[in-house]
Amino acid sequence: MTVAQGAGRQIGDVILKVDNISLRFGGVKALTDISFDVREHEIRAIIGPNGAGKSSMLNVINGVYTPQEGTITFHGEVRKDMDTHQAAENGIARTFQNIALFTGMTVLDNIMTGRNLKIKSTFIEQAFWFGRARREEIENRKKVEEIIDFLQLQSVRKTPVSRLPYGIKKRVELARALAAEPTMLLLDEPMAGMNVEEKQDMCRFVLDTNDQFGTTIVLIEHDMGVVMDISDRVVVLDYGKKIGDGTPDEVRSNPDVIKAYLGAH
Amino acid sequence: MIYREAGQYKTTYVSDSQIFPIAQDRYAVAALLVIAFLLIPLFATQYIFSAILTPFLILALATLGLNILTGYAGQLSLGTAAFMAVGAFGSFNFMTRVDGMPALVAFILGGICAALVGILFGLPSLRIRGFYLAASTLATQFFVLWALSKVPWFTNYSTSGVITTQKVQILGFKFDTPQSEYLLVLAIVAVMALMAKNMVRSNVGRSWMAVRDMDVAAEVIGFRIMRTKLTAFAVSSFYCGVAGALYAYCYLGTVEPEAYSLDLSFRILFMVIIGGVGSILGSFLGAGFIVLLPVALSIIVHYTGLPNSVTSNLELMVFGALIIFFLIVEPHGLARLWQIGKEKLRLWPFPH
Repeated sequence: MTVAQGAGRQIGDVILKVDNISLRFGGVKALTDISFDVREHEIRAIIGPNGAGKSSMLNVINGVYTPQEGTITFHGEVRKDMDTHQAAENGIARTFQNIALFTGMTVLDNIMTGRNLKIKSTFIEQAFWFGRARREEIENRKKVEEIIDFLQLQSVRKTPVSRLPYGIKKRVELARALAAEPTMLLLDEPMAGMNVEEKQDMCRFVLDTNDQFGTTIVLIEHDMGVVMDISDRVVVLDYGKKIGDGTPDEVRSNPDVIKAYLGAH
Repeated sequence: MIYREAGQYKTTYVSDSQIFPIAQDRYAVAALLVIAFLLIPLFATQYIFSAILTPFLILALATLGLNILTGYAGQLSLGTAAFMAVGAFGSFNFMTRVDGMPALVAFILGGICAALVGILFGLPSLRIRGFYLAASTLATQFFVLWALSKVPWFTNYSTSGVITTQKVQILGFKFDTPQSEYLLVLAIVAVMALMAKNMVRSNVGRSWMAVRDMDVAAEVIGFRIMRTKLTAFAVSSFYCGVAGALYAYCYLGTVEPEAYSLDLSFRILFMVIIGGVGSILGSFLGAGFIVLLPVALSIIVHYTGLPNSVTSNLELMVFGALIIFFLIVEPHGLARLWQIGKEKLRLWPFPH
C-alpha cells in the first residue's frame, strides 16, 4: 500500500465520467439522463431519497447493471457499459448496502478473496501447495494483515463472519474491498444502521483510506451530517433524475434539493 | 488439559497457515497414518480389508468429491455414481486398449474422463441452481448409465455386460491381495485428501466458497463465476472418477454399469450430509458412519439372540433412527460435532 502516501487530499483530474446514463427495468425508469464526474482522490457522495436510483447508479458504474443509454468513461476509456470483471481489474472495488460477505468463511478468508486477482497460480499448483501457489498465499497474507491492522480487525481474524456483530461485518466488507488495492472505492451506505460511535469509527476509516492510500471514494449515504462533513462534492438524485451537483454548501442551498428532501412546495 | 495450544506461538505466516496449526493435532494425524499404513496391515483380517476398510476408503474419496461440489461450491448433485462409472469405464478402456498402460496412469486418465463429463454436465449450473440443478444432474445419472450399457464399445463388446477387471500392477508389483489393495487405496486416498485440503485453503477453494455464499459479490471482486463453477465440477468429478475406478478395480473386481446406480449416488449424498457439508474430515466421518455402522449394528444385534428375520429389520430401523437423531442433534454433521468437542477439550477441565 504505497499509493500516494499522505497525498490524498490533492484532488486531481477527472477519472470517472458518466454521460447521459439511462437505465430502465421494463417500464420502470430507474435512471434518466444522469451525468456527473468523479475526480481523482476526492470523496464524492451520491444522496437522495429512497428509490432515487443511488444504488442503481453504483451498479451501473461497476457493471452489475447495463444501462440502455449513455457512456461511462473510466481512465479515459469510453464504454457503453462496464463489465464486472473489467471493473474489478481496473481497480474498482465496492461494498454493498446489505452486507454481502461470504458467511461460511472466516474474516481472514473473506479479506483474502479480495486479493484473488493478484493470484496467478493455477488450481493444480494450489492442490500441491508448492512453489508459486504457496509463495503467493504468503505474500497476499502479508497484504491482508496490513489491512487487518489498518481497520483494527486483529481480534476477529479467524472468526467466521456469521458470528460477528453488524458494525464489524460492515468493516470486514470494507477490508475485503480494500484488499484489492482499488483506485476507486464504491461504498453503498457504509454507515446505515450504525450507532453514533460506530458511524464515527467508519467515517474515520473512510477518511483514512482516502488520505493514506489516495483512494477515490464514491459514497452513498443517508446521514446528512456525515455527507456534508466528509464529502468534497455531492450529487443529488430524485426519482432517477439528477437534481443537484456541487459542493456540500451549494447543494444545501439548492432549492430543488430542499424541495425533494422537505417535500415543500 | 493435554489438548491445548498454549505456548505454541506462530511467528511466520507459513506456520500460521499450516493444515493442522496445533501440535497435538499433528501428532494425532501422524499416529493415525502410522496405524493405517503399518499396524492395520499387520493385524487385520482379509474380511476386514475387503469388506470394511477398502470400501470405506473408496466411498470416502467419492464423498470428498461430492463435498467439493456440493459442500464447497454449493452445487447440488445427484450424479455422483455416474461420474464414478465414467472413471471406472475410462480406466478399463485405457487398460484394455493401450498396451502396457500403467494402472495408476489409467486411474488418473479415468478421472480426467470423468472430469470432462463433469464439465459438460456442469454447464446447466451456469443458468440454474438448487433443486433444478439437482434434477439436471439426475439426468446425468440416467444418461451415463444408459450410454454405458447400450453402447457396446464401452464394454469392449462383452456379451454379459459384466467384465472382470484386469490385475492392478504398479512397477512390477501386483496388487492382488486384499491387504495390498487396501494399501494402494489408502495411499491414493491420503494423497488426494491432502490435495483437496490444499485446494480449499487456497484461492480456488475460496472462489468456490465465495460463489456458494454470495455470487454477486464474488463476481464484483473479480472471480469468474463460470470458470469457478466448472472448475468445481471438474475437480469433483475427477475425485469421483478415481473413486469409481478404485471401486471397480480394488473392491468389486468387475466393471458393470449396475454397480453405479442412483442408489449409490444417494448413499454418497447421505455421507456428505451426515459427515458435514463443506468439510474434508466430514467426508471421512460420513463414509465411516454409513459403511461401518451397519456392520457394528449387525454384530451387536447378532448377540441379542433374536431370529435372523428380526435382526435384519432391527438393524435397518436402528440405522434409520440414528441418522435422524444425528441430523436433529447436529444438522451440520459429524464434523461439526467433532469441532465442538475439540473446542470443549481445549478448556477442559475448566468451565471457560
